[in-house]
Amino acid sequence: MASYSTNEFRRGLKVMIDGDPCTIVENEFVKPGKGQAFNRVKLRNLRTGRIWERTFKSGESVEAADVMDVDMQYLYNDGSQWHFMHPETFEQVAAGEAAVGDAKKWLKEQDVCTVTLWNGEPISVTPPNHVVLKVVDTEPGVRGDTAQGGSKPATLETGAVVQVPLFIDIGDEIKVDTRTGEYIARASKG
Amino acid sequence: MRSGDGWAPAADRRALELRARVNARIREFMVSRGILEVETPALLQAVDPAAALQPFRVEAGDGRRWLHTSPELPMKRLLAAGSGPIYQLCHVWRDGERGRRHNPEFTLLEWYRPGFSLSALMDEVEALVHHVTEGIRELPAPFLRLSWAEAMTRCAGLADPHRADIPALRETLAVAGVDVADAGGEALDAWRDLVLVHCVEPALPPSVFLHDYPASQAALARIRPGDPPVAERFECYLGGMELANGFLELTDPVEQRRRFEAENRARAAAGLEPLPIDEAFLAALEAGLPECAGVALGVDRLLMWLTGADAIDAVLAFPWERA
Repeated sequence: MASYSTNEFRRGLKVMIDGDPCTIVENEFVKPGKGQAFNRVKLRNLRTGRIWERTFKSGESVEAADVMDVDMQYLYNDGSQWHFMHPETFEQVAAGEAAVGDAKKWLKEQDVCTVTLWNGEPISVTPPNHVVLKVVDTEPGVRGDTAQGGSKPATLETGAVVQVPLFIDIGDEIKVDTRTGEYIARASKG
Repeated sequence: MRSGDGWAPAADRRALELRARVNARIREFMVSRGILEVETPALLQAVDPAAALQPFRVEAGDGRRWLHTSPELPMKRLLAAGSGPIYQLCHVWRDGERGRRHNPEFTLLEWYRPGFSLSALMDEVEALVHHVTEGIRELPAPFLRLSWAEAMTRCAGLADPHRADIPALRETLAVAGVDVADAGGEALDAWRDLVLVHCVEPALPPSVFLHDYPASQAALARIRPGDPPVAERFECYLGGMELANGFLELTDPVEQRRRFEAENRARAAAGLEPLPIDEAFLAALEAGLPECAGVALGVDRLLMWLTGADAIDAVLAFPWERA
């Protein structure tokens, strides 16, 4: 099995920690006085999303994690699994609830997502930064009120609820930033 | 970094100017105190074998040499020859030391004071820092002085730091919520350093000297007998960053040889190449090194503090990857 020494540590490196694949978020070299050198490393557990800091003795080796980020098209949800397809090889993978996590409320069929594979199995799904989704429920729109502030909740076709301006109506398509869950603009009028 | 601008310096004009100004002020301070500037070779036939330091090895046409990790040993030969107080401002090299506050090649200001106590040398370090920073950035407060044990008790809650064993140090880290897995292994001093780094350093006053380290962390400092015995060594911290390390210098050639041999055994145990013993240096100790105190100060770190830089790269013309 491949492994990395602490002096190869850098942002984005994928390593196995306590049996879980993790990515290095930050790596800091510290060396007190006349003593031993350490690496203070911020890690993200790719299965659980947990971010924490661990200190390693410099020169120590850590097992590499066989992790790849692949762009795949979201196909459909069969009730328990979310199915994705590689756009060139047409290879398909199915991700369970744990891997899809919060991404599920932004998944629209045909959209291209980043699927993180560990030993070939999906462990997390990242939706596109921006998605266009149809409003399926909201209070009736207020005509003419396109400039004034104020917002209301709107339910989207995927089940996500976002705050939208008062002029948005059922049937409108809106653009949302999936990283913040915020409304960006109206994409088309319903 | 834009692609294609790898040729450009990392430090801006202001940082370059500040470095020139700091160098000039250092020399001004040294001249005013009658300390002689000296230059010693950077490529040596023998260097300090400290297991925690990795010198760069160079294959010369007439044999193997090492780049100095500090100018300490040749400067002590000058002291033994009766140089009186001396200083050197030079580049030194330490392989593998790269990070936010480390560059493998960096600038050290090292000076020696025959007849000085450790306390008198701390006064002088403080005076130098005042002289260099005056009118550029105001120092947070007068430097405090805390023994290593006081700092470990105040900041990490250890009741008896010198006697705390590995399980007690592990417990301290666990209580503080620090994940270090088994980074300290079997080495008591590594666990002490883990507590220092995670629990003590972040809680230190903005300007402080730590002194009286555990005897096992003496390096080239004298050990003061007592219960417990302590290393006559200090570390100067500014803004939570280690700035300088000072010793009441070990002058005993027998003890010095014993420590070099112990470091070489530690190197072998860690799978590192043992280094030749500097016999010229030991002969100088035999001839007689005057009682003295000495200190090495990281000039790049001082520049980081003066500019408020978060990373050493901001004060280096060409950091490691661009060198």
